[in-house]
Amino acid sequence: MLKLVANNSIVSEYEAVPGRITSGPQGPKPRRILSRRNIVVYGTLIVVALYYLLPLYVMIMTSLKGMPEIRIGNIFAPPVEITFEPWVKAWAQACTGLNCDGLSRGFWNSVRITVPSVIISIAVASVNGYALANWRFKGADLFFAILIIGAFIPYQVMIYPIVIVLREMGIYGTLTGLIMVHTIFGMPILTLLFRNYFAGLPEELFKAARVDGAGFWTIYFKIMLPMSLPIFVVAMILQVTGIWNDFLFGVVFTRPEYYPMTVQLNNIVNSVQGVKEYNVNMAATLLTGLVPLTIYFISGRLFVRGIAAGAVKG
Amino acid sequence: MTGQTRGSARPNQWLRNLNAKIASIPMILTALVIFVGGTSWTVLYSFTNSKLLPRLSFVGLDQYVRLWAAPRWLISIENLAIYGFFSLIFSLVIGFVLAALMDQKIRFENTFRTIMLYPFALSFIVTGLVWQWLLNPQYGIQSIVRSLGWTNFNFDPLYNSDIVIYGILIAALWQGTGLVMCLMLAGLRGIDEDIWKAARVDGIPMWKTYVLVIIPMMRGVFITTLVIIASGIVKVYDLVVAQTSGGPGIASEVPAKYVYDYMFQAQNLGQGFAASTMMLVTVAIIIVPWAYLEFGGGRKRA
Repeated sequence: MLKLVANNSIVSEYEAVPGRITSGPQGPKPRRILSRRNIVVYGTLIVVALYYLLPLYVMIMTSLKGMPEIRIGNIFAPPVEITFEPWVKAWAQACTGLNCDGLSRGFWNSVRITVPSVIISIAVASVNGYALANWRFKGADLFFAILIIGAFIPYQVMIYPIVIVLREMGIYGTLTGLIMVHTIFGMPILTLLFRNYFAGLPEELFKAARVDGAGFWTIYFKIMLPMSLPIFVVAMILQVTGIWNDFLFGVVFTRPEYYPMTVQLNNIVNSVQGVKEYNVNMAATLLTGLVPLTIYFISGRLFVRGIAAGAVKG
Repeated sequence: MTGQTRGSARPNQWLRNLNAKIASIPMILTALVIFVGGTSWTVLYSFTNSKLLPRLSFVGLDQYVRLWAAPRWLISIENLAIYGFFSLIFSLVIGFVLAALMDQKIRFENTFRTIMLYPFALSFIVTGLVWQWLLNPQYGIQSIVRSLGWTNFNFDPLYNSDIVIYGILIAALWQGTGLVMCLMLAGLRGIDEDIWKAARVDGIPMWKTYVLVIIPMMRGVFITTLVIIASGIVKVYDLVVAQTSGGPGIASEVPAKYVYDYMFQAQNLGQGFAASTMMLVTVAIIIVPWAYLEFGGGRKRA
């Protein structure tokens, strides 16, 4: 390793002279390990990484302490005596409003909201995006434009009319209503993602299938679907995290017994009565973040790859 | 491609591409009923004196006059302007710089990227509560620094009405810059290696290559990113609710919260509608030029 470094230093200094690279040796530019450039790059990245990690660290530490320890110690100190009681309390006993059964109820509500919303919104948006990319019809671009511009409209402008529509349909305050709302508001970004992805697939594939006599659905199921695993994963991650993390719709469109986890969490932490139990609060916060975090860590690579596929061709 | 892909012999315009049209019904309904219909409805009712229930008794611009006379609304607007301006600038700059650093063929790229992106997976409620804890003057950063010897150190943004919005901004940047970095990185990776080689052959310094060549080439990525950031800014609500509930006093109120409180808590629908219409107008001023460029100019798309 050392020898390599020594050799390369000459080369890289040589390359640093502008205009002379053409006569230099071939191959990728070699680098020294402790060059100024490396110190700057890695130094910055490490500092930045610490900034991003700090809150997670503090959350975990706080959630494992007892209240006396929190009152005397600082938030960065690791717990002297590790206790899991805050976690138990946050899950099963913490009070939100009238109920004192912890976050467990909110967790199951969130599951019941997220699973159908994700499946329905992705199914609808993928077919939509496919139609927009490969089967353009007159006026389609107009609706698409309205949809994308609609994504900018603050939710607050549309909330009340939706309340009325759901009330008329008799599903205001229920999980069904909330699932519908999530599907509707997932539409713009998902359709955009799928449209861009399908438009990026080689056109010859589509044409060849057409020549072979395949129709709209055949091409979708036999050609497009099998080729689009990455974008489906992205859409899934976006939707699962988005819907799981939603707060506003949960508050507006459901009754307290159906509150999703985020709403319950906010009620627990920001309740005015009683002593603030910071350790329970942080355990509750971690519990709420656990599902999206798990999904993110499991599928992180695919997530990044898919985002790239969806975003670069704007 | 449209011309060749459909059978051009069919007589009826409406039946052409029927499957695609059926498939697009959810999109069309959402676009027309919810986005256009819902928005028009709210705008229409913002000219009425609806209180507990929406009623069509028009009072002209009364709601707007009251709105702009309300100190709480003025503070909300000011907060949104500060928050929006800084989060746009900071997320774009930080995101791009981080992406440029990550693009230097570094080791442990995946680890760094994972670390920077994970906050994005968390909800604003979670983010808000964590930072509420970190910025707690009694236990958090302020108390740590004081215990290290700087006893006069003050860092309690969430308890100081003058700077509370920056406390919210810190949390927002923590949550969102990772995503911007990721998008930018994807954009950088999409740029041909030859561009870099050419720039190096011509002896153009690295930063100049970024500013003059690479950034203009990444127009699409920048637009996507701007779209994502901007639409998030106007909607900011959860973060404020979790971090400060609008306090201290009304110092960290934002328009979205004003709307919610008037619609669902103060039972003053007219005010809520007027406020949300103002949010809509703000957004329209920002995006109409963009939408014109993107969709109106007849630009050829992929």
